[in-house]
Amino acid sequence: MVKSKGIASWQWAALVLLRVVIGWHFLYEGIAKLFNPYWSSASYLLEAKWLFSGFFTAIVANQQLLKIVDYLNIGGLIAIGLGLVAGFLVTPACIAGILLLLLYYVANPAIVGFKSSMPAEGSYLIINKNLVELTALVVLCFFPTGRIAGLDRLIFGPLKAKASKEE
Amino acid sequence: MASEKIEAKEKVAAAPQSPKLRRRDLLLAFSTLPVFGGFIAAWLKKRKFDEGKRQALLKELGLSAEAPAILPEGTLRRSSQTIRLGIIGVGGRGEHLLRCAGFVHPRWIESRRREAKLNRLNKDLEIFLSQQDTNCVLTAVCDVFDPRAERALEASRHVLRNGQMVEERGAKRFRHYQDLLNSSEVDAVIIATPDHWHAAMALDAVAAKKHVYLEKCMTRTAEEAVKLYEAVKNSPIIFQLGHQQRQQESHLRARQIVERGLLGKITLVETTTNRNSPDGAWQYEIPEEASPENIDWEQFLGPAPRRPFDVYRFFRWRCWFDYGTGLSGDLLSHEYDAVNQILGLGIPKYAVASGGIYFFKDGRDVPDVFHATFEYPDRELTLIYSATLASDRNRGRIFMGHDAWMEVGETLTVTADPESTRYKEMYLEEIIEPAWPLFSFRPGAKGIDAVTSASERYFATRGLLYSYRAGKRVDISHLHVLEWLDCIREGRQPSCHIDRGFEEAITCHMATESYLRGRRVEWNPEEKKII
Repeated sequence: MVKSKGIASWQWAALVLLRVVIGWHFLYEGIAKLFNPYWSSASYLLEAKWLFSGFFTAIVANQQLLKIVDYLNIGGLIAIGLGLVAGFLVTPACIAGILLLLLYYVANPAIVGFKSSMPAEGSYLIINKNLVELTALVVLCFFPTGRIAGLDRLIFGPLKAKASKEE
Repeated sequence: MASEKIEAKEKVAAAPQSPKLRRRDLLLAFSTLPVFGGFIAAWLKKRKFDEGKRQALLKELGLSAEAPAILPEGTLRRSSQTIRLGIIGVGGRGEHLLRCAGFVHPRWIESRRREAKLNRLNKDLEIFLSQQDTNCVLTAVCDVFDPRAERALEASRHVLRNGQMVEERGAKRFRHYQDLLNSSEVDAVIIATPDHWHAAMALDAVAAKKHVYLEKCMTRTAEEAVKLYEAVKNSPIIFQLGHQQRQQESHLRARQIVERGLLGKITLVETTTNRNSPDGAWQYEIPEEASPENIDWEQFLGPAPRRPFDVYRFFRWRCWFDYGTGLSGDLLSHEYDAVNQILGLGIPKYAVASGGIYFFKDGRDVPDVFHATFEYPDRELTLIYSATLASDRNRGRIFMGHDAWMEVGETLTVTADPESTRYKEMYLEEIIEPAWPLFSFRPGAKGIDAVTSASERYFATRGLLYSYRAGKRVDISHLHVLEWLDCIREGRQPSCHIDRGFEEAITCHMATESYLRGRRVEWNPEEKKII
């Protein structure tokens, strides 16, 4: 593989791997919720104690709105997952993923003074797994890996051509 | 540099791509798609594994995860006959029962509307407005406290008809309950007075041929229970005791589970009450306007010993044995009836009770910490009840069998016992995982509604406030009143008829008698006596 913007091909490969792995996680989170008849975002939203907690509670209070939010969440997770794995519209998928994870983080932040009754499987101080995944997506936003390996290569053209001109 | 860049760009755009390059691009473009193959394969494998285990389990249990429990017939159809209702006693519970029949004071609607604005999860008003039309008119009201009687009269004029509030003629107030019972304008009566009046009023209602919805505890003493039992048995009236959890879907499912023998031999049932608030310990608010001028104290005392006017005894009557039976008649009665509904236990052979006034030293004579053990030698089973009014630690209602244990409240969970005989093979084949319940039932899990006070939370977790029909939250007392009214129209027996009521009353009184006598007591079924 060629070098693009001074990035070695193995470095691109690692970034593609990161994208695919995060995509897999999003995809399965969405599918698992889709097939779980008991799942609802209600209990998670009710835990919200920080920014927008009133807004989250209002969502839960309205059955129709809650249903829409549940489906938006499931649909969003699946769409982002598909996009990241296939390398299809990677940048919009990353941005959508960042926004979704930001909402999850805001609802249950690992900030001192905010205690969640949700059992945590680890120990977190400010940084939790949502924030780590979010940051990884921020990194991926700046590297158009879809044009290296992914359907974006067909849509936007290979990055190699554009990069090679800079060499 | 810039011109070089543009030149390079044009070069790329203009140059026809070689077939070799296109193949390479296609290869890279589709390079991550095989991941989906891996994903789908892994997902299907997991699904097959989980589903296989689930199906094996459901087959073994003879259950269907989706099928609804059998609902009481009464909640499913409605007849056209209008019933003329009377109510005796419209305190907190009486007013709630009136709402369950569709009669509501406008101030209640306003207050719930305000609360819903403050807390969007508060669905009291929404639940009320979605109640079914009971097709009743409230014609008669009796209460010995004037403001409450006035409030009930106002409620009788504001009726919920098919989701709409309408104004109607309203009820007449009767100063004495006997006049209400003798009224030709009354077909059926709700009795929600203190316990010491239950037997006398219900007996008079039976004599006047009025159908009766009687609040628990059915009577204050065992002797009264025997008298009422015989009177109702020899009468055509329809009698329902106010154990609304008879309508609880999780309880109906629990009964199915026990009938299928999924728990194995049950030898111990533990049921509890934990509350930790003044309201939960019956220190109800005293209205400022309450005085001897607007309370008919003599009529309140009725069969109880004579005493000078005492506003505390009037409003907090549950704290004295003269008017109630404390934890026994108030909360053990619900717990026992829930167990009786699920196991069909009947009256125990022996009872031992203990406890004391350990926290609320406000002059009461009923215990605030109370425990009772009931023995059923024929069933080879013990029922334990344990209660405190000074700790909010939630303890469940648990049925312990050799093969599994089951916890039942508003939800239901069955967990296999690791030492079970029945599930031994399933444990070995890892169809059952020790960390997960065998079966759980969570009605309404997709919606969350607020439960505002500590007492309300207690009642909700015990399955005494709400149930779910078609995924919608319903006031369980509304279903219980509705069942009684349907039974009146159709001439059949409701779920908490006099036999169940008699079992409830005697069991509670055995516990009270044991506590008061300081020794074990026994039920003599031939003589119908506690000895």
